[in-house]
Amino acid sequence: MKVGVLVFPGSNCDRDIAVAFERIGATVTMVWHKETSLPDQLDVIAIPGGFSFGDYLRCGAIAARSPISKALVDFAHRGGYVLGICNGFQILTETGLLPGALMQNAKLKFLGKSTDLIVSTTESAFTHRYVQGQSISIPIAHHEGNYSANPETLKTLIDNDRIAFRYKDNPNGASEDIAGILSENRRVLGMMPHPERAVDAALGGVDGQPFFAGLTDVLVSA
Amino acid sequence: MKAKVTVTLKQGVLDPQGQAIQNALSGLGYEGVENVRQGKVIELDLAETDTSVAQTAVEKMCEDLLANTVIETYDVELSE
Repeated sequence: MKVGVLVFPGSNCDRDIAVAFERIGATVTMVWHKETSLPDQLDVIAIPGGFSFGDYLRCGAIAARSPISKALVDFAHRGGYVLGICNGFQILTETGLLPGALMQNAKLKFLGKSTDLIVSTTESAFTHRYVQGQSISIPIAHHEGNYSANPETLKTLIDNDRIAFRYKDNPNGASEDIAGILSENRRVLGMMPHPERAVDAALGGVDGQPFFAGLTDVLVSA
Repeated sequence: MKAKVTVTLKQGVLDPQGQAIQNALSGLGYEGVENVRQGKVIELDLAETDTSVAQTAVEKMCEDLLANTVIETYDVELSE
């Protein structure tokens, strides 16, 4: 499995996500935001957490207009797998690859802690190793994680089983307790919690392991 | 020509910062502030001298980058 990790000025989870993928045997290439094309034959693009461009203007807004982002959008439109975590989720909504927006946490505080998530669908490469309704513990670390979308969009997400993860105890005011959503073709996932920070028993637990292993099942056999 | 772009959250979108400002005003004793909505102002210096061309160009900038129209609305004000 070949993974490209996009790196923007201010990304700070890029090496964590690279390590999470390397542990399951993936070959990882870091891709600087000024590139206009992607390495050949990538299976997955990962957009890491952090504070791209200092969160100037809006979180993810400037990264979503970086040179590499056009290649990202083309890759997704061709059916490529894309994973955006935290700032990566914000960037995906800013590119329009995922609907809605991430707003400031309802209580205006930065939240950094483990949270319990409910696996809302197992119908995706990212979530098929979990059990429907399973509770998993994954860390969050964000100030703008309050998922917001208009009622029609929320209805579409619900009706098409596109909510990947929900918060058990909503920390940030997100609509429908949404922690992560899937694209229409179920190959683009954006989520605020950090599964890459939950792949080692010594550091934050291992509930993120099935997430990465699940992607390998789908992409290595393909 | 100068353009002043005001970006605010759409009506109906929860504005927790606005609420915090409202609470602070109330704490200072300012009564009768019924609602507060906050946003940002972006000032642009433009080479363009034609008002209608400038208006169209800045609106496109708003749609492309300056505002996220999923949650925000914008207003463009031009001046010499």
